[in-house]
Amino acid sequence: MNDTERVIMSLFDYVVDRWERLSLSAWLHVSEVVQATLLAAVVGVLIGVAVYRSPAGSAVATALASTILTIPSFALLGLLIPVFGLGATPSVIALVLYALLPITRNTIVGLSGVDPAVRDAARGIGMSRLSVLTRVELRLAWPAILAGMRVATQMLMGIAVIAAYAKGPGLGGEVFSGLTRAGSANATNQALAGTLGVVILALLLEAGYFVLARLTVSRGIRG
Amino acid sequence: MADSDNVSGVEIQLDQVTKRYPGSREPAVRDVSMTIPAGKIVILVGPSGCGKTTTMRMINRLIEPTSGTITIGGEDALRLDPDTLRRKIGYAIQQAGLFPHFTVAQNIAVVPGLLGWNRSRIRERVDEMMDLVGLEPADYRDRYPRQLSGGQQQRVGVARALAADPPVLLMDEPFGAVDPITRGNLQDELLRLQTELRKTIVFVTHDFDEAVKLGDKIAVLGDQSAILQYDTPEAILANPADDTVAGFVGAGASLKQLTLLRVRDVEYPDIALTAVETRDSPGALRQRMTEQGRTYALLLDERGRPKRWVHVRDLSSATSLTSVGRPVGDVVSTQSTLQDALEAIIAEGGNAVVTGSRGEYVGMVDIRTVTDAVQQLREEHGDAPEPTGSAAS
Repeated sequence: MNDTERVIMSLFDYVVDRWERLSLSAWLHVSEVVQATLLAAVVGVLIGVAVYRSPAGSAVATALASTILTIPSFALLGLLIPVFGLGATPSVIALVLYALLPITRNTIVGLSGVDPAVRDAARGIGMSRLSVLTRVELRLAWPAILAGMRVATQMLMGIAVIAAYAKGPGLGGEVFSGLTRAGSANATNQALAGTLGVVILALLLEAGYFVLARLTVSRGIRG
Repeated sequence: MADSDNVSGVEIQLDQVTKRYPGSREPAVRDVSMTIPAGKIVILVGPSGCGKTTTMRMINRLIEPTSGTITIGGEDALRLDPDTLRRKIGYAIQQAGLFPHFTVAQNIAVVPGLLGWNRSRIRERVDEMMDLVGLEPADYRDRYPRQLSGGQQQRVGVARALAADPPVLLMDEPFGAVDPITRGNLQDELLRLQTELRKTIVFVTHDFDEAVKLGDKIAVLGDQSAILQYDTPEAILANPADDTVAGFVGAGASLKQLTLLRVRDVEYPDIALTAVETRDSPGALRQRMTEQGRTYALLLDERGRPKRWVHVRDLSSATSLTSVGRPVGDVVSTQSTLQDALEAIIAEGGNAVVTGSRGEYVGMVDIRTVTDAVQQLREEHGDAPEPTGSAAS
């Protein structure tokens, strides 16, 4: 057995041994990210719908969302912990805030990209404002919104690791404790298992988005 | 009106309609009053920015008038809920404005759906509409707009506008974005549809030729939608109200008038000397031609259809009429416009053969026929007759 094989075998044993704990962490990680993305999608789409008709409003909303993204995740968590304490709450809030930018921006881009002739025709044949929005505009902006959600999800998978700093759920705990115990038994295995887990879960979610797009984007506007 | 039973359209009245946008000193549309008769195509035509689209969009309240009243079929349009009003008014625009994420059938079904029709009635109606605009339902029902050509998209746009059988149809440069050949076909089809449907159609365009072709009446609009002239195409062409209208009508008003007249409306005297190629002998024909002092005779086939022109000197050596003469080129039917007739007259060198519904020879037209018809039209519309041959401008 060479060194590489030894590392892999040892990691394999580690994962098998602690499968129960690891799979629970993985599940919590994914569930936290997905919930944060969904929450951010609701908030982001609402913000997008509220501002897309006004160029100034769109600029302000995008700028604010970008500002949030420039705050380092450690710092943001540090700011949230005194207010919300440790645990899931501050980490979910941080994740939602980070996810807002891609989703809000893509909602605005998607909605303002709707052909004015289509909007005019919809009004002209007697659709109410609400049904123009829900049956036409949001349906046409949906591929862009979905792309924003996808970017947000990928980003959150990584940020959720950092959220373990606030004792948030997920694989972040594995990575952190592996790194802090560097040199002791199984420290490398622990950090590696957490990291690889995040990567694999991210790929699975990516596949999920692909399927979702196939199912929900009309064939008439699929690229 | 004698045939008012077939008219499904209703009258639209605009009374002192004004649109003033906040922040601008001059109104975009000022005090427009006009009556759009039931079952007619009325064209609003004018230069870009004259307010013609604004005027039309006030009828279905996509733009709310600042003051004035609009009644549609006697009902005050400004008192109705705008969405309810629009469901009763068909609306077709440039580039169709189809919903790209809906199939053709779903696009057409939108307004019936909004009106709460049941599924089977909607499905029947969609097929009926597709037949009406010349799209085979089985082939096109499930296609998406991007899988259609520009002309087909425009047809779907018209089908969608007509789906709930509204009495009024508003069309905003609907054929502006398609190539000239497709545009011509779509115009012909609109005219065909209109003979069946008899809707009240308000049609906005900046193309005066399109206005002449489609309009029962044309409103030539100036700045702030001021009505410079509101009359039949014939009257506007024959007698433009002022220099602005004349400028808009453009050069060649007389030529445009020719598109409004058909050969059956003018005289086409039976003046050619004719012979049936399989029945008459060259000798007998030659004798008749010398007696009547003719140099040319028209040879017909057994069913009276024109075949060839023959010169008197070709007959001396001929043994049979079936082998002499030069073929008749362009012929015009009694259905042709005078413009087609003029084309044939020029191509044929002075006069053209007129054929009836079965292709049989019925008479001849020449340049005099055409100029007389134009003169007569001008006199009817009260213009001082101009000397023959002067250019209209």
